[in-house]
Amino acid sequence: MGIIVFKYIQNSSERIDGTPVLLRHSFVWNQKVWSKLSTHNKLNLIKTKKSLKGLDPRVNGDIGLSEFQESADIKNYSIEVISGSTKLNLPVSSFKSTPKIGYTSEFRCIEGWSEDTQYAGTRFSDFMAFYDLGKKSDGTYYQYVGLETPDKKYYVSIDIESMLHPQTILAYEMNEEPISDDNGAPLRLIIPIKYGIKSLKRIGRIVFSDTRPPDYWAERGYDWYSGF
Amino acid sequence: MGEKKIVISEKFTRVLRWSHWINFFMLTLMIWSGILIYWANDQYIKIPNELASALSIRGRLAEGMGWHFFIMWFFVGNGIFYFSYLLLSSEWRSLAIDRKTWPEAISVISHDLKISKVKPIQKGKFNAAQKIAYVSAILMGAGAVLSGLAIYKPVSLGFLTSMLGGYKAARFEHFLMMIGFVLFFIVHIIQVARAGWNNFRAMAVGYEIEKD
Repeated sequence: MGIIVFKYIQNSSERIDGTPVLLRHSFVWNQKVWSKLSTHNKLNLIKTKKSLKGLDPRVNGDIGLSEFQESADIKNYSIEVISGSTKLNLPVSSFKSTPKIGYTSEFRCIEGWSEDTQYAGTRFSDFMAFYDLGKKSDGTYYQYVGLETPDKKYYVSIDIESMLHPQTILAYEMNEEPISDDNGAPLRLIIPIKYGIKSLKRIGRIVFSDTRPPDYWAERGYDWYSGF
Repeated sequence: MGEKKIVISEKFTRVLRWSHWINFFMLTLMIWSGILIYWANDQYIKIPNELASALSIRGRLAEGMGWHFFIMWFFVGNGIFYFSYLLLSSEWRSLAIDRKTWPEAISVISHDLKISKVKPIQKGKFNAAQKIAYVSAILMGAGAVLSGLAIYKPVSLGFLTSMLGGYKAARFEHFLMMIGFVLFFIVHIIQVARAGWNNFRAMAVGYEIEKD
């Protein structure tokens, strides 16, 4: 009897983004349950004073990094930001207008490996406040933030609560050095309360929205929330 | 014409039988989906890629996670139900371990391995080695759930992750629990086969024929 139920779920033609519909509902149910534990005020922090300078963070994928093969181009492009009627084209240097935040945390890949890494950059909530982004005319936040690479081949969407987490940063330094090209130069997202698939490299565009923007790995059968 | 008398007695209650078989099915699914997840980063035990392809366990991380985080609710629910039943009924008594259980277990094992010819005396439903094996299985269940939670929610349940020695350690501990279950399963199957049909039938329908 159990085997019949298993086969039925496994072979059900009804799928949402590659996942049997029941298991997709289970992802959403888990998100509802676990987000009650309020990850949003807990930190993923490694309490070490040890410098990680000179250590190369593991490079695990290059999807979305096809544009800008020359390092010079990477320094000279601007990032598009859309929040309601506000449309900005910000040069990479403008992300240094807000205070630099740095910390060491454990970067956890959905594949199962993890690595301690030091990050520095601007806190996403500071960036939002500085340019007055993310709020609708009634003063409430948009529910989602969508990010994509300049070549539009990699894209993620994240709930606003997680984006407002104090450790969510737009990073320009890793292990005390400017981010290397294949780790996402010049500016990448680091969101250590979620699996690494959400920490998009080489940001090309940031969009605030109430409809959930597309998410590369969620379209390929993974849990959209992917939060710790 | 002498009539044949059959005496049957209840060995396993309905609750025990249901929770046992539900657990068997859920645990099988947990181990299978866990292997799909493990395979994305096979750092403890490696098998040749050809074999992994033949077993069709490669490149199925998303699917494995979908199943693992769905079945976990039923696995944990059934585990809690079983454990509460043990405590509330008197069934826990047949699993109770005391100081004498350990030396008795050694004599059971040496008899089963044909090292010793002395047949150990068994009081109650289970012999000493069984008691230890079943209690270990319950503890491994608890260990699998705790180490699993520690790697599933290492920020929300960060205290648990630190208690287990960190994220990497907890992942390894979770893997060890799986290995423990597999070893338990192998021994369990061998012993069930040795114990024979009468005993197996008792786990299926509850009753054992004492004499006929």
